[in-house]
Amino acid sequence: MRVDEQLPARAYRVTRADLVRYAGASRDFNPIHWSDRFANGVGLPGVIAHGMFTMALVGRAVNEWAGAPDAVVDFGVRFTRPVVVPDDDTGTEIVVSAVVKQIDPDGLAELDLTATCNGEKVLGLARAVVRSTG
Amino acid sequence: MPLDPSFEGRVYPPAPPYLVGREKLREFATAIGATDPAYHEVAAAAALGYQDILAPPTFPIVISDAAGQQIIHDPELGMDYSRVVHGDQRFVYDRPVVAGDVLICQHTIESITSRGGHDFLTTRAELTTPQGERVVRIWVKLVQRGEG
Repeated sequence: MRVDEQLPARAYRVTRADLVRYAGASRDFNPIHWSDRFANGVGLPGVIAHGMFTMALVGRAVNEWAGAPDAVVDFGVRFTRPVVVPDDDTGTEIVVSAVVKQIDPDGLAELDLTATCNGEKVLGLARAVVRSTG
Repeated sequence: MPLDPSFEGRVYPPAPPYLVGREKLREFATAIGATDPAYHEVAAAAALGYQDILAPPTFPIVISDAAGQQIIHDPELGMDYSRVVHGDQRFVYDRPVVAGDVLICQHTIESITSRGGHDFLTTRAELTTPQGERVVRIWVKLVQRGEG
């Protein structure tokens, strides 16, 4: 990694099946993540992805960019816009990209992260600090 | 009714110890599509110097969410969870969580503020081993939207 380097964007397909699987794995069974009826009732256009599922996908990208499954030492996001996941076979797509903001003398790299869905940012203030390997 | 700012600084009792299971980590990694062998195979994690498979970075939310129920359902605090959305999320790691870890989660309310009719509650969870080794800290900001 180098300062100002733009890391290669990664795209993740998200379907209703993914949300069901994540609900079970995370034990987050909030019905806004599986019931259109419930989601509409609270003013959402439809079922939305768990914010923590989006963050988990970003975490995958961060560790892959860093080149190690244990690279991340600090990881934070703000959830700014819901990711609506239609009930069809294609679902939606989350695209994750990053810029290296700085690298300290100990090799800790700070990444500015961006996640978009349908061209709109779904996270704000998203950053990670990773141990960089050169 | 807005959240009572005098709850700032309140420390909740530690949750019962959570034993991090290998199959639970595999299930979680699979659910998020994390295919790195260190999340699935003990030998791959051992090659990196760990006793057992690693948890993906956001896995600790499973532990802190369960323990955090005591805040959400604290009758004295009186949150209305039907109006709550997840605002901010941050993890700071001393080391990765690994299968076999026993983790004790303790929550503190760091701040309560109100703005524009909405309430903002920030909690910090510390996950430590029974031996007192701190493993990860987790900050969550919840937004309780105004009524009506």
